[in-house]
Amino acid sequence: MSEESNGPNKSSTGPEIDKASDREGPAVVSRRWLLLKAGVALNGLVGLALAVPVVRYLLAPVRKDSSYKSWVSLGDADGFPVGETRLVSFKNPWTQPWDGQTDNVAAYVRREGASQFTVFAINCAHLGCPVRWFPQSQLFMCPCHGGVYYADGSRASGPPERGLFTYDYKIVGEQLQIDAGQMPSLSNSAKLVNISSPAKTSGNDGDCGCRG
Amino acid sequence: MPGMKQSGRRIYDWFEQRLQVEGPIKDAVLHKVPRNTASWWYVFGSAAFTLLMLQIVTGILLALVYVPSAAEAWNSLNILNHQVPLGWFLRAVHAWGSNFMVAVVFIHMAQVFLFGAYKFPRELTWTVGVFLLLMTLGMAFTGQVLRFDQDAYWGLGIGVFILSRVPWMGGGLVHLLLGGPTIAGATLSRFFALHVFVIPGTLLFLALVHVWMVIKLGINEWPMPGRLVRKSTYIAEYNQLTHEDGIPFVPGAFWKDLIFSAAVLAAVGVCAAVFGPAGPGGQPDPSITQTVPKPDFPFLWIYAVLSYLPPSMETPFILIAPILMIAGLLAVPFVASEGEKSWHRRPVAVLALASVAVGWGVFTHLAMNTPWSPHMGAWSGDTLPLEYLREATPLVRQGAVIFQAKQCRNCHSIGGHGGERGPALDAVATRMTPDQMRYKVVTGGGNMPAYGKNLSPPEIEALVSFLETLHPKGEPPAFDASQQAAQSNPAPGGSNTP
Ligand code: FES
Repeated sequence: MSEESNGPNKSSTGPEIDKASDREGPAVVSRRWLLLKAGVALNGLVGLALAVPVVRYLLAPVRKDSSYKSWVSLGDADGFPVGETRLVSFKNPWTQPWDGQTDNVAAYVRREGASQFTVFAINCAHLGCPVRWFPQSQLFMCPCHGGVYYADGSRASGPPERGLFTYDYKIVGEQLQIDAGQMPSLSNSAKLVNISSPAKTSGNDGDCGCRG
Repeated sequence: MPGMKQSGRRIYDWFEQRLQVEGPIKDAVLHKVPRNTASWWYVFGSAAFTLLMLQIVTGILLALVYVPSAAEAWNSLNILNHQVPLGWFLRAVHAWGSNFMVAVVFIHMAQVFLFGAYKFPRELTWTVGVFLLLMTLGMAFTGQVLRFDQDAYWGLGIGVFILSRVPWMGGGLVHLLLGGPTIAGATLSRFFALHVFVIPGTLLFLALVHVWMVIKLGINEWPMPGRLVRKSTYIAEYNQLTHEDGIPFVPGAFWKDLIFSAAVLAAVGVCAAVFGPAGPGGQPDPSITQTVPKPDFPFLWIYAVLSYLPPSMETPFILIAPILMIAGLLAVPFVASEGEKSWHRRPVAVLALASVAVGWGVFTHLAMNTPWSPHMGAWSGDTLPLEYLREATPLVRQGAVIFQAKQCRNCHSIGGHGGERGPALDAVATRMTPDQMRYKVVTGGGNMPAYGKNLSPPEIEALVSFLETLHPKGEPPAFDASQQAAQSNPAPGGSNTP
């Protein structure tokens, strides 16, 4: 307890403090200040030491994209007719038991040939809304800001700057597998396609949202 | 009864002797404020504070039932809506309280700006206020996430896509925002922590600092044209004003605050009872693509802006505009800390405020109608007006079917139904010749996708012959003047005849 602590009535102790410090002289007072500074420094040091694990803990989700991703099966490759685009959903490989329905992820599989596929993310390349496939007009339309894509994923119109994101795929045995696990976005496909001539822009030449 | 009064007094004294708060509270309550600040214009700050209290109380009450888990949140909200007695009402009060709070905070800010109240010595009060505004919007956004329906999910997705555009750090920021690689359990947990602990804690603290400064620096006097703020003289002038023509804050000005706050609370209650709670909408299953996500009211204007930005402007705008806006707001009191307060002599300020308000209103209004979004169900659901087909040939009818079946209707309306992304086609034949239509359908252009690959030549013929019939009675369809001229007087040699 120092003499600065508030008494029942602050104003009456005011002069006493002055008197006390007068009595004790500058040496004593400056020693107290030094001790105070030592206390502050000690707290700073301990705080810093504790901050390191805290920061590490906070940054835990920040990882390389590749560490989140793994190969996921979309089922029998022959389940996808040649020349058609189908909506599929799969379980996100990176899940927690309390993810609920959010671990359902959807993708569009377009089969161009016997072993030729393109697997599109459903996320619009503009701001990520789920695009819808219309087989009649062979267009993907986005409900949010009206982005439209052609069947090959290239941009047809609207605000998107590039074509749809695609997943890497491979055929293992009979199975069509894609490299998934991460929400596709521009950060994992930083390349923006020049869209000065929309009809010629290809959605597939940019890095896919899902490649590492 | 005197005995009771006396023992009441004794209890009060016992506490007061230990707490010693009577003095400071009296000072705060009875401090003099300029007489003309006891105005109905000065009630918005206190109303915002009242709404904050309402949100804290209703938020705690909702937290008694809500389950902050991605697997259960949506179910627990439905149980609140349908099974817990009056759970729906509490959700509605919280949602409407949020709308009102955002609105009142903006109105408060506009009033402070218009009255020059941010000038010396109240610069810091304004600065803290800007952060309070950001926190209020942060509460609105995180609250929308806690609703954890499809709008919440895809709204977060938009957040992800915005953050992902940050150079270098984009990917890391996305992981940090989501707590992982996708929107999932970890995401909801961290938004719960933000919405319930981090932001409200900071908000409450800053609100108290804000109120503290208002009490210490005094309420801004009513601006008078010609009464300039000078740092050297202002404080003395203000003190003189409150001394000569001041009234105690309570009850002189405070009764209006009380009445307005009560009115706002009543309005929240009425809106809640009449309009009910906000959602939850569809379940947060990202594999459901049959959804049309839309942000909550405070963010509608951003939604509209993002739809109208040309693609090349997108990334720079998204990354730079928010920083400029916040920096601009923070700079206001430092750029204009002295001088005229009255709006009569601040045309630039008035004009700036008016244009911001009009711009906000226009964009919000647009976002309520979303003319840029295709109507996903128009092709299968909207009917064609009968008169358009009454005397139609089979070819024209076939064209009408193609028009529907190829989703043209999703972007083009006919008879008032259909999308508004492209122009309405009721009178398209008066604007375009068949050749022009053919060209446009095949090659697209502007916001129109090219249909060349998706329509066979006979289909295009049928479609165009249907479009050709779309012109009002008595208004002839457009024609190619040069072709007509060539047909009516063929050039010698007949080389121009088709
Ligand atoms: S998110 Fe698809 S157009 Fe904006």
